[in-house]
Amino acid sequence: MADFLSGEEQQAEQQEERSLKAQIEDQEYYTASQKELVWQRFKKHRLALFGASIVFLFYFTAIFAEFIIPYRIFERDRQYVHAPPQRVRFIDDQGQFHLRPFVYPLSTERDSRTFELVFTEDKSEKNFLYFFVETEESYSLMRFFEVNTKLFGSENGRIFLFGTDSLGRDLFSRTVYASRISVSIGLIGVFVSFILGCIFGGISGYFGGKIDVLIQRVIEFLISIPRIPLWMALSASIPQDWGPLQVYMAITIILSLVGWGGLARVVRGKLLELREEDYVTAAKIAGARESTIIVSHLLPGFMSYLIVNLTLAIPGMILGETALSFLGLGLRPPVVSWGTLLQASQNFRTVARYPWLMFPGIFVVTFVLCINFMGDGLRDAADPYK
Amino acid sequence: MTEYFIKRIFYMIIVIACVSVLAFIVINLPPGDYLTSHMRELAMEGGTVSEAQIERLRARYGLDLPLYQRYFHWVKNMLQGDFGRSFTYNRPVRELIIERLPWTIAISLATMVFEFIVAVPIGIFSAVKQYSIGDYIFTVLGFIGLAIPNFLLAIVLMYIFYSQFGVSIGGLFSSEYIREPWSLAKFLNLLKHIWTPIIVIGTAGTAGLIRTLRGVLLDELQKKYVITARAKGLGEKKLLFKYPVRVALNPVFSTLGWMLPAIVSGEVITAIVLNLPTTGPVFYNALMDQDMYLAGSFVMFLTVLTVVGTLVSDLLLVWADPRIRYD
Repeated sequence: MADFLSGEEQQAEQQEERSLKAQIEDQEYYTASQKELVWQRFKKHRLALFGASIVFLFYFTAIFAEFIIPYRIFERDRQYVHAPPQRVRFIDDQGQFHLRPFVYPLSTERDSRTFELVFTEDKSEKNFLYFFVETEESYSLMRFFEVNTKLFGSENGRIFLFGTDSLGRDLFSRTVYASRISVSIGLIGVFVSFILGCIFGGISGYFGGKIDVLIQRVIEFLISIPRIPLWMALSASIPQDWGPLQVYMAITIILSLVGWGGLARVVRGKLLELREEDYVTAAKIAGARESTIIVSHLLPGFMSYLIVNLTLAIPGMILGETALSFLGLGLRPPVVSWGTLLQASQNFRTVARYPWLMFPGIFVVTFVLCINFMGDGLRDAADPYK
Repeated sequence: MTEYFIKRIFYMIIVIACVSVLAFIVINLPPGDYLTSHMRELAMEGGTVSEAQIERLRARYGLDLPLYQRYFHWVKNMLQGDFGRSFTYNRPVRELIIERLPWTIAISLATMVFEFIVAVPIGIFSAVKQYSIGDYIFTVLGFIGLAIPNFLLAIVLMYIFYSQFGVSIGGLFSSEYIREPWSLAKFLNLLKHIWTPIIVIGTAGTAGLIRTLRGVLLDELQKKYVITARAKGLGEKKLLFKYPVRVALNPVFSTLGWMLPAIVSGEVITAIVLNLPTTGPVFYNALMDQDMYLAGSFVMFLTVLTVVGTLVSDLLLVWADPRIRYD
């Protein structure tokens, strides 16, 4: 039928179709909920989307850490002390391609002069990687499930993707397992400061007056203290005989006690803006209680701001924990976190010898980087005026 | 203006009083008091302390008094210049602070200057040439700078220099200059070393400043007065620097206040890794050895440093920006 139509008519038809489409889109736009709008804007932000997916990957690995790591984190191997990372290859020495990835096993030798272990790749053999391998002993996944499958493994010999540490423990297993502590301390810390920030910021912004002035002074005071020295001083006084869980909780609380000030400021600023809105007056006239007004009318109004600020507060917590543990003031071995693992690289001569000890550092930087990307995207997406 | 000034000073005194409470808490948090740690230390070295000596020290630091009285005793001693004694260094805390604190102040100030010198041109460039390759490169570098912890950056730099050039870049002087009196050669040697801590401490702050400046300047460049000025034929350079840049720099200056705590924090941890002769390593050792008078005094002084710095920056801002109200 299109043949009979003249060019003009065709154009008009196309235009009509387009405007119809635009109308539907408009309709979708106007009827979309706040959540959908934020999500649509967020999707356009490529870097933020990328960051968010990496962040979720990190949380995923943290949850299923036992399944992903090939070896137990305390499993020592005297034969492989400070073994370098093995490269995963697809193409062998003869230039032949293998679909199944493999590593060359390490052969060890003791240097006759320094008595150090020297590792060389033994190119005569190939150690193929297999996925979803069965293990001899079953292990508990997240303390609930008894499982005897691991994500990957090899048939003969061991695989050290990130090399080993000074006791011959697999650094890949330890780094992945450490993400459980490092990644969760940020979340829990932010959660605690979120509660503190909401309570104090809420009181400050809603009631105003003298309480407001007092809380603002306290926050200014907290912000003006150099954080790391204070964190160091507080965590140095955690008793030595406390168990790992107690230390973990103590560190989290220390981190969030110093960090809630910024959040409280955001809450207060936004509350001051929102409490002048007509719907708040309406609720008051209708006889709603003040707590009801705060929780069900005011909080939803700036939830998006809160989420953005919470996201952007996570890196500070993680970097704080890493720095403290690195200095030996935070979490203590045998607890593994990125910070405690990095303790091994305190001396730069050790690092120069065994650069792979810095792998946990790459994890820290990547994770913090991706959270920042995600937070930046969220901030742009949550701002309705952009 | 004078009224504002007095008010701010008054506030600062209250804040410093709060800081002193905090420092006192830090001193008293670990189990046992100064004397028990001191005696443990002495016993480890095989020495003994006479009863009379213990009694004398007890009276001097008021260790028999209840906690709140001990606080006032401590403040009184401090006002007279007695900050207690460090048993690990076996020296008065005051001497150690006088020796170390100026270096922390010097490095912090130098870092601040560095951050401005680097961040302002880059921020202006990024805003003017938004979405250019240069802007993207600086944005990515900035994000990485924000994500790398100071201590990691310090180790990476040391590692690179050690493995590539075989030189150690820790410390502030080469070993032959450490005990030397000041001379031109020593100063030049200092310049050779000091850039490492400055870069390490300054990276994160610089990245943050670039982001702030870029954001504000972008907003400013879209305003009508810029379009008007351009329509009237004002040259691009003059147009940029005469108004938008000046306006955009104001929030940057007002961030001075919270830049300082971050810099001092970074300085402490960087100094520990790079082994600088500043407060960092002494503070760290004090914490590790539970040498609490020393540690508490450092918390006190580092915080007073940032509080005073914030005040100075606020006053400068009032002086520089006539739009700011004094109330």
